[in-house]
Amino acid sequence: MLALVGVLVAWAAVSYGNRMLGVMAPALLPTPGDVAKVFTETLGDGSLPRHVATSLARVAVGFGLAAVGALALGLLAAMCVPVRLMVEPLIEFVRPIPPLAFLPMFLVWFGLGEGSKVAFIGYTTFFPMFVAIAAAVLRVDVTLLRAAASLGAGHLDLIRRVIVPAALPGIIVALRLGFALALFVIVGAEFMGADAGLGHLIMEGRNFFLPAQIVMGALVLGLLGSIVNALLLAAERRLFRWREAGASS
Amino acid sequence: MWLSSVPEMMEWGLQGASRSRRSVLWWRLASLAAFLALWSGAGGFVEATKPFNPLFLPAPWVVIGALLDLAQKGQLWVHVVATLERVAVGFSAGAVLALALGLLAGQVRAVRNVVEPVVELLRPIPPLAMLPLFIVWVGIGEGSKVGFITYATFFPMFVTTVHGVAQIDGRLLRAAQSLGARPHHLFFRVILPAALPDVLTGLRLGVALSFFVIVISEFVGAESGLGYLINDGRNFFLVPQMLGAALLLGLLGYAGNGLVRVLERRVLRWQHPR
Amino acid sequence: MKIHVRGLSRTFVALGRETPALLDVDLDVAEHEFVCLLGPSGCGKSTLLNIVAGFLRPTSGEVVVGGRPVTGPGADRGVVFQEYVLFPWLTVAGNVEFGLTLQGAPVAERRAIVARYLELVGLVAHAEKYPVQLSGGMKQRVAIARALANSPEIILMDEPFGALDAQTREVLQDELGRIQRVEHKTVLFVTHSIREAVYLADRVIVMTSAPGRIKQVFTIKLPEVRDRFAPEFTHYESEITRVVKEEVAKVHE
Repeated sequence: MLALVGVLVAWAAVSYGNRMLGVMAPALLPTPGDVAKVFTETLGDGSLPRHVATSLARVAVGFGLAAVGALALGLLAAMCVPVRLMVEPLIEFVRPIPPLAFLPMFLVWFGLGEGSKVAFIGYTTFFPMFVAIAAAVLRVDVTLLRAAASLGAGHLDLIRRVIVPAALPGIIVALRLGFALALFVIVGAEFMGADAGLGHLIMEGRNFFLPAQIVMGALVLGLLGSIVNALLLAAERRLFRWREAGASS
Repeated sequence: MWLSSVPEMMEWGLQGASRSRRSVLWWRLASLAAFLALWSGAGGFVEATKPFNPLFLPAPWVVIGALLDLAQKGQLWVHVVATLERVAVGFSAGAVLALALGLLAGQVRAVRNVVEPVVELLRPIPPLAMLPLFIVWVGIGEGSKVGFITYATFFPMFVTTVHGVAQIDGRLLRAAQSLGARPHHLFFRVILPAALPDVLTGLRLGVALSFFVIVISEFVGAESGLGYLINDGRNFFLVPQMLGAALLLGLLGYAGNGLVRVLERRVLRWQHPR
Repeated sequence: MKIHVRGLSRTFVALGRETPALLDVDLDVAEHEFVCLLGPSGCGKSTLLNIVAGFLRPTSGEVVVGGRPVTGPGADRGVVFQEYVLFPWLTVAGNVEFGLTLQGAPVAERRAIVARYLELVGLVAHAEKYPVQLSGGMKQRVAIARALANSPEIILMDEPFGALDAQTREVLQDELGRIQRVEHKTVLFVTHSIREAVYLADRVIVMTSAPGRIKQVFTIKLPEVRDRFAPEFTHYESEITRVVKEEVAKVHE
């Protein structure tokens, strides 16, 4: 907390100092005041909430679709050896290609509307989540399976009552990371071929030479990511209370 | 055989029995062959029946053809070099800064207390959001692209370096001191080697991130580079060119990653002597 | 015979190399008998147990339990593992009633059985705790209750007290002895502690070093409640130690 204040003070000092000393064009180095001004303006006229909602919606839908796919295919790949053997090389093939390299192609294929953004987010987040989910399921301890089987568990019981609960923490982590990745990429995706969203807002700041708008957009984005991450972590902690090291009596 | 049976699961868990290297290789080749066959089939079908503009789903040979065409005209090389240059310079700068500050921060409390809050503040902000700022500050030239890569790669490499130093077992240092080591000995002969695994992992992340972000910075305000090639293809729906450039980018990223891995294996030979 | 093993062999194949773990083992365990498998590391005692449990398949030979040949794991053969292997997402009560839940037994019946076995192992007060909150000894007691609550025909125990410190170990040996006097289960128990074997078993089977065969069988004629310091006890201990030492020397050659 103290650190945050420190950074704020440093920022203020540099930017206001610059204003007074005239080292760089004042517009180039926005002060906290400038940024706050843009923030309240865009909040007031409703444009900021609109952009935030647009970006979040794209992320949510794209991520949601990818998550469902990654869960289904991840479980399948983990439990079925031939599927895994066939899919592994393809993943290795696609992995080194930066997802953003496909953005223009998505724009060509799906046009400039929401579809292309959602499809792009879906594509970007699917593969890492799929790999992580399959890995989480594969990591399930074989002795847990043995213990359940010696208590009478059949194939279906093993999946339902052992594999899924045991892999769940890892699966949730995979989903959390996928969402973070989605937020990471949405900005870039909204730089081109978009007329709404935080990325667009930031790009606008560049086009109209408004660095304060860029900084504001970036800060809002960072804040958004932190909030969502904190919420997901809190949900994780509640769901998996059984993981916490408590005092043994 | 399809879904692991219960007895199979009992013996080896979900991973299944370990397979020989030959069978793994065979499956890999079969999978890639199947993928290529599928792609070629789909592409050939589209070319033949033309349900939509065949450029939208080019067959493998069309993509390769587009790349060769560019290579022939001497244009491909220019773009590849442009991208590689930016990545190399940006990554190196980011690495040097991250390593220097990271090693310092890992040992000197004061430095850490100053740098870490800034890092923690900036980390949640997707670096991509800062790209326009770089462009506004430095203009559209090489400087902004290289600077941006440096900025983006600095954070993860800094964090892993600090962690690499922080996780060093204090007893290693004590053991060295009781053998007569002085501060510079400690740094070069204990801290550096002990932090190296984490540092190298960070470097690998940095390389991957460099390629990740170079694309977007070459979309916006560039006249050369593989990213530029991809985005330029949009104007005339040159999907073969776009796909080809993307694949090339993947290849370069893979090679970069491989280079660091080779470095890792040589420098960290003590981790897996065989 | 409750457990009937004939000509059991198991060879492990890893990356082209064959390692014989068990060679031609014959074994019979009567109902209500408590039998210990004893031997140096690598003698195949755990492999034998895993085959009887149905976790591994033999390379040759047969295993029959309660008149039925063993083809895989099942509720008729309960297992207690060295690493406890409790289900971390379930409470103590949840773990103990796991087998009953699978059978679909009515809730009231399940609760009654769970209460009975929690009382037997002395953990009634901890029924709603999670495994991560328990000590090693407590976890193992839950594991034992879990296996017993399922009413298996036999119980297999693979070095169940191996992960515990010496004091807790002896406490749990006493506990197990007490439980066995109440439950009278048929038990196959793997250990490398001679003291533990003499304390708990009706018969002690000493195995050779790899490939594992049965070296010698000792019938322990001691009263039900045993005194670790009685001369008869110590006599058995030294007898068995002598035999085991021969095999241990071979491992370290």
